[in-house]
Amino acid sequence: MISLMQSFRIRGGVHPDPKKTATTDLSIASDFPLPKKLYIPLQQHVGKPAEPVVRVGDYVYKGQLLAHSQGMISAPVHAPSSGVVTDIADYPAPHPSALPIRTVFMETDGKDAWQLLQTHTDPFALSAEEISLRVGAAGVVGMGGATFPAAVKLNLGRKNKISTLLINGGECEPYLTCDDRLMQESADGIIDGIRIMLHGMETPQAIVGIEDNKPAAFRAMKNAAADYRQIEVRQVPTHYPMGWDRQLIRYLTGKEVPADGRATDVGVLMHNVATAYAIHKAIRHNRPLVDRVVTIAGGAAGSPGNIWVPIGTLISELLDYCRVNRTRMARLVMGGPMMGDALPIAELPVVKATSGILALTQDEITRGSEQACIRCARCISACPAGLLPVDMANRIRSNQLESAVDIGLKDCISCGSCSYVCPSNIPLVHYFKYAAGELAARQQAQHKTEQTKKLIDERNKRIERIEKQKAEEAARELAAKVAKYTADQAEQVI
Amino acid sequence: MLNVKPTTGPHTTENLSIGGIMRQVIYALIPATLFGLYLFGWPAINLFLITIFSALFFEYFCLKLADKPALPALKDSSALLTAWLLAMSLPPWAPWWVGVIGAGLAIILGKQVYGGLGQNLFNPAMLARVALLISFPLELTTWANVAPWLSESAPDFKTGLHITFMGLDNIDSSTGATVLGYVKTELSQKHPLSASLADIYNSNNAWLGFMRGSLSETSAILLILGGGWLLFKKIITWHIPLSIIISVALISAVFHALNPEIYLSPSVHLSSGALMCAAFFIATDYVTSPNTPLGQLIFGSACGLLIFTIRTWGGYPEGAAFAILLMNALTPLIDHYVKPRIYGRDRQGRPLEL
Repeated sequence: MISLMQSFRIRGGVHPDPKKTATTDLSIASDFPLPKKLYIPLQQHVGKPAEPVVRVGDYVYKGQLLAHSQGMISAPVHAPSSGVVTDIADYPAPHPSALPIRTVFMETDGKDAWQLLQTHTDPFALSAEEISLRVGAAGVVGMGGATFPAAVKLNLGRKNKISTLLINGGECEPYLTCDDRLMQESADGIIDGIRIMLHGMETPQAIVGIEDNKPAAFRAMKNAAADYRQIEVRQVPTHYPMGWDRQLIRYLTGKEVPADGRATDVGVLMHNVATAYAIHKAIRHNRPLVDRVVTIAGGAAGSPGNIWVPIGTLISELLDYCRVNRTRMARLVMGGPMMGDALPIAELPVVKATSGILALTQDEITRGSEQACIRCARCISACPAGLLPVDMANRIRSNQLESAVDIGLKDCISCGSCSYVCPSNIPLVHYFKYAAGELAARQQAQHKTEQTKKLIDERNKRIERIEKQKAEEAARELAAKVAKYTADQAEQVI
Repeated sequence: MLNVKPTTGPHTTENLSIGGIMRQVIYALIPATLFGLYLFGWPAINLFLITIFSALFFEYFCLKLADKPALPALKDSSALLTAWLLAMSLPPWAPWWVGVIGAGLAIILGKQVYGGLGQNLFNPAMLARVALLISFPLELTTWANVAPWLSESAPDFKTGLHITFMGLDNIDSSTGATVLGYVKTELSQKHPLSASLADIYNSNNAWLGFMRGSLSETSAILLILGGGWLLFKKIITWHIPLSIIISVALISAVFHALNPEIYLSPSVHLSSGALMCAAFFIATDYVTSPNTPLGQLIFGSACGLLIFTIRTWGGYPEGAAFAILLMNALTPLIDHYVKPRIYGRDRQGRPLEL
């Protein structure tokens, strides 16, 4: 039951074909053969990359620390299986650019042997600080794709006296069912993770929002939460981008986060269901984040499904496992089809943020050439942030980037709703991303110029100062000489 | 400057193209058009075809001149739709050159000089309609009598060709005024509405469409049906049509209540002239109407007020084309001032306060 008041809270958005039926009824497969080699990037989170603590040739157990976090916002990285570290070097990242990042190469020994785990602990006997310390040490990051270190968020929540923890079970991207399956199969674990988070943030209540196209997940979660009055499980309408934290916050609480603020400013904080599950495993079982559920789907996948995959597994191995027809695959996408990235090659590792791997056929991505804008305003009504995509694109096209910022470029969340509905096939999101990148580059260049100018100024001042000192010294010496000479003369006279 | 190779999402799009949208509008126009062609016979068919083929020719000619590929642009059906709307707005028995000149004005002056599809400020069909009305007032105000297909008064194929290409020989016997035109003349001679209206207006015939006028003026009901289709297919939203209809109905109701002998009732206003066609098919033109729902409500209400004003006090009996053109000119202004509120900000763009 969705009240009329609440439906007014949804703005913009689109209803893409969900395409979830291929995988929503399949149990998560855990028989994926352990890869011989793993490629574990040291940056799988926002913030600073992790610093390796192992050396080439070291034998590591599953779950053993490979690299520790650095700085305020960072997360450690652990060994996804047991084996030998064969190299620590640059390797392409799972990103459209495939730019290399520092990566630990591992050869697995097939034993998949865990490091000695600490004995079972009662999370509710731990202090709130201890909870976030342990979550941080387990390398848990936001699994919905944002990859913000979970411990940092817990600390933020505790400091800001959060009134409600929101749990995102929306999964509004087409094709993806990893969260759906996780909720169906591990609802108890997720609810336990939510309880641990509530304890860790000293927050009184949690609301779980699940899109109404996942009735099985909703039932499972509702049952699992039945004994806990502080956790409410609610259905939300199927609507893209319901997974956008601010859309879900407004829908579930009626609150709107100010443009320059954070969710904590309105007393809420959001975590994804998979993050809650990872926290449950980290605290209850002392298991660091070394694997995740990945949806493999798309028209080119012969046997699509959801699989528990060790971090560092090459996507190419997943494609083979799911019998992806490479000749039919026109585009390889990591994430969902709305916000995911196209990957140039398949030899890239699965990371903590990999929710899905989509092998899309030409039919699934067909897009005509860009045509003239007919001002149909579909992009405007689709924008959940209340922007004017077409105006921003026009300004960017005529290189007026600042004026695009004036009308809200920085409020764009790149959800892709505008591009999705455009009948003229204008790649609006590309314009916005281009502009954002260009502005950042300009700002950097400006910063550099200012720095250089400052340095030159300082150098000039230094030179001036030294010369002034020299001149003063010379003058002093001269004065001394004159004085001496006059004294000598005087002496002679006398 | 920009690499548009799709590396980031969305990797999927709604299955909708410009041509698809234009064709939906044309489908929605078909019932009213067929009815009009049935009502006015061969001369109307001739004029209709002449206007459409001329428009397609001018579109092709302009694109060739600009060295642009002509076929894809012709395929998007936008020129077809413009010509269709223009033809529907002309007197059905107008001579052939009205269609040719009108199509030329619409495509060249109304669209291509601005840079083609999406660039024009004014609705091309209405621009051409008004330009024709001002240039050729006689031809543009000569309205054929209703002569349904197979009825005795219906011109046969040969007579049709004669009317289209050689003109009407005996004008008075086969033409007359439209409701709005007749009423305007009568009122100018101080005849009360109750007397003059009874001669020419029959509510049922007006709503069904058995009356003099252009193809787009005849059947209000079929036009509403087509408009409903466009709403159902989400090609248009309710904002513009409803605000036009409601504003005309409201203001005419007020004036009619004040003095029913001078001011027409809402029912006459809504069922005659180009009102329904304008509300659903012309004012809703994406290119020349505002972008936001609120802007569209302002645009529609103002259109309605202008239509009523021009009809009641203006020099012309019918005001839809003028009203829409005037509001087209104000569309950029409306879009400048009426913008959606950005999430997390107030209407002025400042971040919300806690």
